[in-house]
Amino acid sequence: MGRERRRQLINRLMEGLAVFSAVVTLLPLALILAFLIYQGISYINWDFFTKMPEPVGEAGGGMANGIVGTLILIGLASLIGVPVGVGAGVYVAENGHTRLAWTARFMADVLNGVPSIVVGIFAYTLMVLPMRSFSAVAGGFALGIMMIPVVLRTTEEMLKLVPTSLHEAALALGVPRWKVTVRVALRTARAGIITGIMLAVARIAGETAPLLFTAFGNQFWSIRLDEPIAAMPLQIFTYAISPYDSWHAQAWAGALVLVCLILVISVVARTAGRGRFGVVR
Amino acid sequence: MVERSHVTADGPGVGAIRISTALRRPAGRFGDRAFKFVIAGGALLVVSLMLVMAYELVRTSWPSLGRFGFNFIWSSEWDPVRLEFGALPFIYGTLVSSVLALVLAVPPSIGVAVFLVELSPGWLRGPVSFLGELLAAIPSVVYGLWGIFVLAPWMQQTVQPFLRSTLGFLPLFQGPAYGVGMLTAGIILAIMVTPFISSVTREVLAQVPKTQREAALALGATRWEMIRVAVLPYGRSGIVGACMLGLGRALGETMAVTMVIGNRPEVALSLFAPGYTMASVIANEFTEATHDLYLSTLIEIGLLLFVITLLVNILAWLLVWRAGRGTAAGARE
Repeated sequence: MGRERRRQLINRLMEGLAVFSAVVTLLPLALILAFLIYQGISYINWDFFTKMPEPVGEAGGGMANGIVGTLILIGLASLIGVPVGVGAGVYVAENGHTRLAWTARFMADVLNGVPSIVVGIFAYTLMVLPMRSFSAVAGGFALGIMMIPVVLRTTEEMLKLVPTSLHEAALALGVPRWKVTVRVALRTARAGIITGIMLAVARIAGETAPLLFTAFGNQFWSIRLDEPIAAMPLQIFTYAISPYDSWHAQAWAGALVLVCLILVISVVARTAGRGRFGVVR
Repeated sequence: MVERSHVTADGPGVGAIRISTALRRPAGRFGDRAFKFVIAGGALLVVSLMLVMAYELVRTSWPSLGRFGFNFIWSSEWDPVRLEFGALPFIYGTLVSSVLALVLAVPPSIGVAVFLVELSPGWLRGPVSFLGELLAAIPSVVYGLWGIFVLAPWMQQTVQPFLRSTLGFLPLFQGPAYGVGMLTAGIILAIMVTPFISSVTREVLAQVPKTQREAALALGATRWEMIRVAVLPYGRSGIVGACMLGLGRALGETMAVTMVIGNRPEVALSLFAPGYTMASVIANEFTEATHDLYLSTLIEIGLLLFVITLLVNILAWLLVWRAGRGTAAGARE
């Protein structure tokens, strides 16, 4: 029975390898989170959220401008990403057979694969060059573009999950088609679409590359939309590659806050989306 | 409903006909048109966005395209002062770091997918894939931060000396250990693309019909033999597609790589040596590019990156599509 035992042994070995690879893949997550907390937690205090960055060499200070800047950029991005994404998603869901729907879906997938730095270049040529200045608007534009594919595809999928009988019932009552879409279909799919939007926000909140030459970053307080604006990811980057210890500490603290923000958004989105119409992947 | 037909201009005043026009929902007709116009506008915007992006990239990189031509890809000269530009070191760095990332990431990614689909008890499946999603949600710049301060020193002090003493006869593992360099970038990239590859692979494996498995088991196969002869071959093209999607991610990844690759525009055989990638050079030099031609050159690198990732992604979708469902499963996110 040597052959039989060998087969069983190989089977065990391979099963062990699969379990091992699950552990190996998740290990970096544990390591990264552990280091973020270990390095960052002691610098997180009230000052971090309310104070401006201190000059090099002086300890303390905070990232108030970066936090506000990031929130503004997310808002601007949502102004672009949500209407376009939801609108196009509704079109694609309702007119799935048309050539435009097919093309839009394909382009959204392509857009999703475009490197974020290239989106940044695009925003630069389209917004920064004509305006002759880096600006919050340009940064929001770049991030908004990156939101579109995720919002589009979740909207489409959530609308497809709405039972046809609901559509038919409303139509039979004489409700105009567009009202059926807005009042019945979109309302039924609302939870799922909001989940999609939140996932899109979580995705862009930490994006750095598209902001490098659009929002540009700002060491000072600015909430003007036509001027360079600070953003947490940019500040983390600047601090991380600087040679100063006090800045490194700020980078860890900023990264911890940013990751917490993103994880909270993703977790809330996923648990909230677990409604009647199934889970968003 | 009858009330509505009053407002239409075309509805004659006879009762029976009134009702039939009401059934055609005349009041909704304008709303329907307007609504469809708006949402079609959204779809059109998405399409035109991509076209405008491609156009803008070509337009702004035109001076560089005209000046250097195809030589741009083969030249390794990079001298912003004399305005001599060649993209070879960056193309080389992007390809090597991405391929390295795939070599490191693919086996464990498939392993996780197999674990989740075939082995894992039901209660563990949710948490493990959730943690995988969290790994995918961590921003690139945070990976970079961790790479600079945790991974790179560890590479320099432990991993690279070890590799040199055991595999040092290979040219890949020679030269001084800086910590930062091609190998470190490859490892960071591998960590970053693993969640993408494994989640798509998982969906592909979940599509494999149960009968495939049962047939193999009925013939007396062990679980591994079943996976090897029935599951993996069935999902092969989908798995290759998943890897291509991962490759697309790795090629365009910017921040984390920029922070750990060392940023030196050289073509070096050793994986310990610092390198430079297409995305990194754009990230580092774009705002410093004072001369128009310099800027145009950097945008041309962006255009190259755009085209390469486009081709890789389209190939990936075709493979994943072929593997089963009509949609590019998991191609988003």
